[in-house]
Amino acid sequence: MSFYLALKEMWRLRGRYLLFSMVIALITSLVLFIAALAGGLANANRQFIDKLDADILIYQANVDLQPTSSRLGRSKLSDVRRIEGVAAVGPLGISTATVVFEDGRSPIDISMVGVDPGAPGDPPLLEGPGLLIKRNNDVVIDEGLASRANLRVGSTIILKTIQGTKEEFYKMSVVGITDSRQYFFQPSVFMPLTTWEKVRPQGAGESASSEIVFNLMAVQLQDQSQYDLVAQRLASRVDGIEVTDKSTAILALPGYTAQQSTLNTQQAFTLLIGVLVLGGFFQIQTLQKVAQIGVLKAIGSPSLTVASAIMLQIILVTIIGVGIGSMGTLLMALALPGNIPILFAGPTVLSAIALLLLIGPIGGLVSIRLAIRIDPLIAIGLSS
Amino acid sequence: MGDLSLTTALKTAEVTKIYGKDNAAVLAVDQVSIEVKRGEFVGLVGPSGSGKTSMLAMLAALLSPTSGSIFIGDVELGKMDEKDRTMFRREKIGFTFQSNNLVPYLTALENVELMLRLNKALDPLGKARARELLVRLGLESKLNNLPNQLSGGQQQRVAIARALVHNPEVVLADEPTASLDTERAFQVVETFSNLIHEQNRAGIMVTHDLRMTKYVDKVIQMVDGKVMRMLSDQAQIDMLARKGSFEAAEEQLSLTPFRFTVAGSQPELG
Repeated sequence: MSFYLALKEMWRLRGRYLLFSMVIALITSLVLFIAALAGGLANANRQFIDKLDADILIYQANVDLQPTSSRLGRSKLSDVRRIEGVAAVGPLGISTATVVFEDGRSPIDISMVGVDPGAPGDPPLLEGPGLLIKRNNDVVIDEGLASRANLRVGSTIILKTIQGTKEEFYKMSVVGITDSRQYFFQPSVFMPLTTWEKVRPQGAGESASSEIVFNLMAVQLQDQSQYDLVAQRLASRVDGIEVTDKSTAILALPGYTAQQSTLNTQQAFTLLIGVLVLGGFFQIQTLQKVAQIGVLKAIGSPSLTVASAIMLQIILVTIIGVGIGSMGTLLMALALPGNIPILFAGPTVLSAIALLLLIGPIGGLVSIRLAIRIDPLIAIGLSS
Repeated sequence: MGDLSLTTALKTAEVTKIYGKDNAAVLAVDQVSIEVKRGEFVGLVGPSGSGKTSMLAMLAALLSPTSGSIFIGDVELGKMDEKDRTMFRREKIGFTFQSNNLVPYLTALENVELMLRLNKALDPLGKARARELLVRLGLESKLNNLPNQLSGGQQQRVAIARALVHNPEVVLADEPTASLDTERAFQVVETFSNLIHEQNRAGIMVTHDLRMTKYVDKVIQMVDGKVMRMLSDQAQIDMLARKGSFEAAEEQLSLTPFRFTVAGSQPELG
């Protein structure tokens, strides 16, 4: 009976209910776009660390897990390598540089990463032979840069860095392409640590020390389940380091947490607005139907039937709206240019959709309460 | 008018309804005892505030009496809980209202079938009956029209079909002619009366328009919550309907050899 009433009404007043659904569709688009934007921004910030083939990251102690503040030397690398449970360790030098083009194309800022070829941190290749320790002007670029700058294996790129007060240019040859590994919203260029040490920006007074200094160490474990044990060993046996896992490292990325919480708050508010808007809609709709509901009850429809019909309508309208909104958003996303950082990650989208499906029924609770309370006496003008 | 079966369909004994409590108490219905037989069409008349709508609400199991008893068939309404009363309404009562009678998003036929759906009796027989009633009421070409595509009179006739389709014990009509012009009002009441008699139902029509009593078998006049008069003589009823008010009919009626039946305790009447 509830189904019958709900569906008949929706069909006969389909214009009105479609309008409700469209409002939900718009809210859905907004929520999904914010989620995708949050995902895209997060990804652009964390992708490099996410994809690192490491179980443990090591920072210099007391630098609040800030990669650029952290300074570690080669000697620490051997200390770490000796710890029982460590399978492999690789240095990571991270700085920024700019790829410039002789043909006048606009320069592209990149994250420049120094690694030991073959050690953790050296990225897996989509194509090309990759880095070799002795080839000092070789680089592996990520596919984001490759597609933006139209580069392939065998291409030459010019890296510009500032050393002292002078701009220095280095001609490098691309020996490999890896998948997208953005760090701090910039595509990455990988090179041997010794090369990185020469190319990286340096202050005027910075003199070459006897030991190469890099920022982080990427550690692979023999057995991942022994994370706690090995981390503890590292912390107690190697001086001046801080040991963490990738997810903690990501949260400590500059601006990462603040940015995500801003976007999450926006999303929560959009959902809240959705609840209020829909609640208002259905409340007005039910208020308009008071007399009609009174008659339905007077001729013997139980309150439960009337209330379930309304709830069914709310659920259907919400499902249709969320469906239209999701499809529309995904289609729009396909049409968007690739440089907008949006990412539709399955779990994020699904949880956003689940939340969106809840806003209708939650918003509708007030009108359900109203519908239940309508006195059938209203049908004969005797409402008490 | 027509042959009346002698079975009592509805009987009230000293029904009283008081709204509010203590100082704010309002006596709406005062010890009303009436009886309606199957096949009998009764006009419940009176000015506004006379208690006729409260009486109707109690007969429809929408409102519980403060005291007294109401029997429909052999079921006493006062002893029912809310759930039972809802079920009772959909099974045993047929209802037409003054306005907003029909569900606006259902067609004429669907509105009539709604009663059968509610009673889980929408079988081929029920469907045929719904259609038949609408055809009988002259709505053959309007079966699939929505209420907003029907005139006020047509809507009332659909409501009448809905009130009868499930074979209720009692059919109640609350001011069925309020929104109709005189000609249509007479047509609607006449049709209603015919169907009540044909189908041997007990019908009660609340109206303030005494001209509409032309088609009833009995007139019950309520004033200040009490039954003031009961008329069951057809000549008296015809006179009342022609004159349109008790005052106008009074003089003529008093000259006739018939007399009003006065119910309730005489001294209390104001």
